[in-house]
Amino acid sequence: MIPKYLTSVKKVDNEEKMAGLALFTDDIQVEGAYFAVTLRSEKAHAKILDIKVPTLPKDYYFISAKDIPGENVCNIIVDDWPVFADKETNYIGESIGLVVGPDKEKCLDLLNEFEVTYEELEPVFEMKDSYVHKEFTKGNVDLFKSSAKVFSESFETGYQEQAYLEPQGMLVYFDKDDGRLTVKASMQCPFYIHKAIMRVLNWPEEKIKVIQPAVGGAFGGKEHYPSLMGAQLATAINKIHHPIKMIFDRKEDVPFTTKRHPSKTDISAYLDDKNNLIGLKIHVNIDGGAYIGCSMVVLSRALIAATNTYTFENVEIIGDAYHTNKVPSAAFRGFGSPQSIFAMELFINHLADYLGVDRFVFKNKYHVKTGDVTSTSGIFRDEIVLDKIIEKAKKMSDFDRKFKEYSKPNSNRGIGISTFLHGCGFTGSGESTIINAQLKIKKDKNDIVTFYTSQVDFGQGNRTTLKRIVVDTLGIPEDHVIYDAPDTSKTLSTGPTAASRTIIIVGGLAAKAAQHLKDIWVSGKEQEIVEPYVGPSYIKWDEDKMQGDAYPGYAWGANVVEVSFDPVTYQVKVEHTWSVYDVGHAIDERIVIGQADGGLAQALGWSYLEKEEAVDGRFMQKKFSDYIVPTSMDLPEMETALIDNPFKYGAFGAKGAGELTFVGGAPAFALAFEQAIKKPVHKIPLTPELIMELVKDED
Amino acid sequence: MKINFVLNHKPIELDVNPTRRLLDVLREDLHLTGTKEGCGEGECGACTVLVDDKPYNSCLTPVLNVQDKEVLTIEGFREMKEYRIIADAFADMGGSQCGFCTPGMILVSYALLKNNPHPTDEEIRFALSGNICRCTGYQAIVNAVKVASEKGVKL
Ligand code: FES
Ligand code: FES
Repeated sequence: MIPKYLTSVKKVDNEEKMAGLALFTDDIQVEGAYFAVTLRSEKAHAKILDIKVPTLPKDYYFISAKDIPGENVCNIIVDDWPVFADKETNYIGESIGLVVGPDKEKCLDLLNEFEVTYEELEPVFEMKDSYVHKEFTKGNVDLFKSSAKVFSESFETGYQEQAYLEPQGMLVYFDKDDGRLTVKASMQCPFYIHKAIMRVLNWPEEKIKVIQPAVGGAFGGKEHYPSLMGAQLATAINKIHHPIKMIFDRKEDVPFTTKRHPSKTDISAYLDDKNNLIGLKIHVNIDGGAYIGCSMVVLSRALIAATNTYTFENVEIIGDAYHTNKVPSAAFRGFGSPQSIFAMELFINHLADYLGVDRFVFKNKYHVKTGDVTSTSGIFRDEIVLDKIIEKAKKMSDFDRKFKEYSKPNSNRGIGISTFLHGCGFTGSGESTIINAQLKIKKDKNDIVTFYTSQVDFGQGNRTTLKRIVVDTLGIPEDHVIYDAPDTSKTLSTGPTAASRTIIIVGGLAAKAAQHLKDIWVSGKEQEIVEPYVGPSYIKWDEDKMQGDAYPGYAWGANVVEVSFDPVTYQVKVEHTWSVYDVGHAIDERIVIGQADGGLAQALGWSYLEKEEAVDGRFMQKKFSDYIVPTSMDLPEMETALIDNPFKYGAFGAKGAGELTFVGGAPAFALAFEQAIKKPVHKIPLTPELIMELVKDED
Repeated sequence: MKINFVLNHKPIELDVNPTRRLLDVLREDLHLTGTKEGCGEGECGACTVLVDDKPYNSCLTPVLNVQDKEVLTIEGFREMKEYRIIADAFADMGGSQCGFCTPGMILVSYALLKNNPHPTDEEIRFALSGNICRCTGYQAIVNAVKVASEKGVKL
């Protein structure tokens, strides 16, 4: 019934973006707007004893915790991140206050004249103080005690910077027409910012509005940090009643905004005396940084994904998120699962080698099948076509032949395959209990339909796809449907743009709302529908015990990566990639393939180029000249195929595609690299220094 | 100081501090915001403009350096027939996602094709290598340049 979606449609924002007409935050002109710059902490952990404010010229202001009329708390998930550090600072770069005034250079000069007196406290940089702990088991883990042998390994992954090409930025002013405090910003979640401002100013909802301009990439990095900026700028405008713009320099954005959590994952396989696998124990540790923010949710996802595409009878899963005096870690495409899946994909191959059995036969034995029980004792309900995915990926890449050939000594070449999954939507019953999305669709007397969502299109193409869903459900011409970027004064919240939920959840909701409008359609009459989200009834989830069905559905994939290695320079080169994904039914293939290439590109960067290192709580890589984002020369030709496997509960059979495409790149790369150098890998990024250590390490 | 150059096919005279970045003069004084700032240090190419048909990072270019030269920004290029060919190829191949790199990518592609109407994949990747795209993984952009090349931007 849906084949017409097999052809892609023109993206609604394509022309304005190519022609340079789309207005990003810094492109928006507001007459006489002041600039804001941030006074940041120089200490990783200290009491703030005194802030000596220099004499400020006329029209220059210092804004700090003292100016907050409401709560000094940034509304994230856990209330521990202050809007401005007041008595204590917990990481280098934490905001203490803002300097606001007409000239940006002058504001920056004034920053240098501040004197902050600290009393230093003992900082923590290692993962030793757990602030979130979770554990759960499946099957009978007491059997582990009777094991004859244990095979254990540890895996580490590093920080990653989102490196959206448009830096963080925000503009605030009072709208002359409705008097509302108006926020335009590079963001992912307009309602998160709206709520953060309500809290810091202690204002009712209707005095604020948040409007999305063009957004130059986000990838998770603009999920929470803009809430902090919003709370800060709201405090400032509340005091000075003048429009303010704050645009981060890259040198500020890289070292001081949230990153992907570094991780260390320990896995042990318990074996009986005949080398049969009794079960696994997996312990995932993530570095949450100074404030918890959303780390508990990142940890949940990492743990639920830890067994990846395998079903084990007995598993013990443990997780800890640690407090350290470093920049808080937060959302980034994949949200915890890339870390644990990296570990599991390498481990299962290494375990097969240890047992002396064929890797592919061994993995196949444990591959998830429809109806299998998940590690949280839920059920994999969707039709799983992992066999088809693997077969296709291998065929496209001529895998078997190359694998054999590159196994020979001194091949200096390798090919690796990973399989992976991604749960779509918020964890567990979050969609019905926490988010409660509602979508409004209305029609005027001329039969022009307008609908609203709070989903931000920062490049994923969802503005095009969501509109497509409504247009095709109603069966009316495209120009009879209006779908603008979110404005919190007009739209109901359909939830954050996160968790690969936009198409599977909001798309489903849009289709339903449009269908209901169609059912009651009377031409020439004003009509309106407010459609609440109703989750599939089978979803039962206990977050404390981590038991039940974690997600409404899963998307699946396989990546094949081929690399070559130069034993003289220690340089590694990615030669080619092949990918196969099951994202249900892809509504717009071109958009999905764009997500596929972009996700894999970021994963390859994380695997070997993108190193962000904190020394005594200070990031060493601060800009694009030292934090290396892949260029067109670093990345290979990428081939991608989609398997059509419509999902019962998604809009037109679609599942999520945004995050899935990040998850498998690193393990596929690492497996290929292992084959090229004939040594096991346990850590990324595989920088030339790390490679040198590996190659020189004689055992 | 007075600076004279040709901007988007029209001569222009500006009375500006000659050490100011061309990027700021374009964005702040002339409100030509299609040229973006992604890094401010010559690493990302979001600020690309063409100076005498060659890609320049306008964030590293003092406005004095374009004295008597021809500067083309996306606002000027989008009026040219070659723009349509390249833009359509980008649209067809999915070469623009968030769009922040796109004006720069389109100008670099034009500079390449003008010089070398039938580039190889490697030549395309080399030409694009000063411009970061965090969204597409470059494959779609490489494809777009190939399609534009087939359609004959040079014609
Ligand atoms: S802004 Fe000029 S190269 Fe990045
Ligand atoms: S499309 Fe977003 S950076 Fe290129």
